[in-house]
Amino acid sequence: MNENNSTKNTTTVIFEILRYNPETGEKPKMQEYNVQVYKGMTVLDGLNWIKENLDPSLVWRSSCRMGVCGSCGMFINGYPRLACNNQILKISNKKLQIKPLPNFDIIRDLVPDLEGFFQKHKSVKPYLIRKDIQEQNLPTGEYFQSPDELTNYIQFAYCIKCGLCLSACPTVATDERFTGPQALAQAWRYNSDSRDEGSDERIKAVHDEIGASRCHFAGACSDVCPKGVDPSFAIQLLKQDFFLKTLKLRKDEKETHVIPTAKKYVPNPKIPEAPKPTVKK
Amino acid sequence: MRESKLWVYHLIAGAVILVLLGIHMFIMHLDAILYSLGVGSQNPIDSGVVFARSKELFFMITYIILLGTALYHGLYGFKNILMELTLAQKSEKFISGFLTLCGVLLFAYGTFAAVFVFMK
Repeated sequence: MNENNSTKNTTTVIFEILRYNPETGEKPKMQEYNVQVYKGMTVLDGLNWIKENLDPSLVWRSSCRMGVCGSCGMFINGYPRLACNNQILKISNKKLQIKPLPNFDIIRDLVPDLEGFFQKHKSVKPYLIRKDIQEQNLPTGEYFQSPDELTNYIQFAYCIKCGLCLSACPTVATDERFTGPQALAQAWRYNSDSRDEGSDERIKAVHDEIGASRCHFAGACSDVCPKGVDPSFAIQLLKQDFFLKTLKLRKDEKETHVIPTAKKYVPNPKIPEAPKPTVKK
Repeated sequence: MRESKLWVYHLIAGAVILVLLGIHMFIMHLDAILYSLGVGSQNPIDSGVVFARSKELFFMITYIILLGTALYHGLYGFKNILMELTLAQKSEKFISGFLTLCGVLLFAYGTFAAVFVFMK
């Protein structure tokens, strides 16, 4: 907390945090800290303050502080949230209970083990797959995509891989093998990309016995997603797509072609030239 | 992929049941409406009427299709509920095999009965 903040009106909020260190062999236990909270202070700010002033041994994972990197997912007052984009006083002005994300193993304190999560993500081949491999390796231009085609998948491209959806998913809670909302939503993100030709390659990972058909459409993943990705909707679209393809009711998608780049740049005479650099090289 | 295909068949079976069960409901339980329109019989559960219906090709085929789809839909749904228990892989395989066997045997028995009455 900087000096400016310390002069503002503050409220004491109790942070009850789960502590666990596998090296000591002790069982996980809850530990309380009193934190002076000012208006606008985020949970991450509170944790930083505890680490700086009360307990340097407290461990969590965070990076960007602005809801972009997806590192600081935690189970705060019984709800999976990002610590960086949730203000303490908007959650509670008395007590915050902070635990690591459910449905993951704990590495230490508030750090979940995301290894399995990223394995699942990797299993759906979350990248553009093309048949023209030579064009991909040595591109001659860009693949055409209209604004309408972009809207088909852009919502699902906002995923920051924070793992909140998996921690909220009741199916993952009962069967950890379930591919999960994050990976399945990413499968749909690429399947619905007009430039992609890899949906057949993703079928095995997406539609096996632990894939999309296991989703019960509880919608908890969409509820907790901090970026509004709506993974449960993506899973329903995956199911619908598979259903229509199995019954041969879906037309083949159009192929996306490369737009060749102009070989020679011809400047527009209406646009004035840029001023010459003022700094010498 | 195999699992999702089975799930698709589950949906199709559900849709077929909806139609066939609709026919069943009309014939067996809304018989008064049909009778007032001049179709069907006054007492559809009378043994003579049931027997006469079973001798019709349309009903024999309908019975067999309804039996197959209802068995598949019910047993596949039941299997999925049991799979939620996340049992050991051996137990899962046993349950799948056992329910498949039950389904096949019941279907064979029901089909035999329908064909036997039709042929008699």
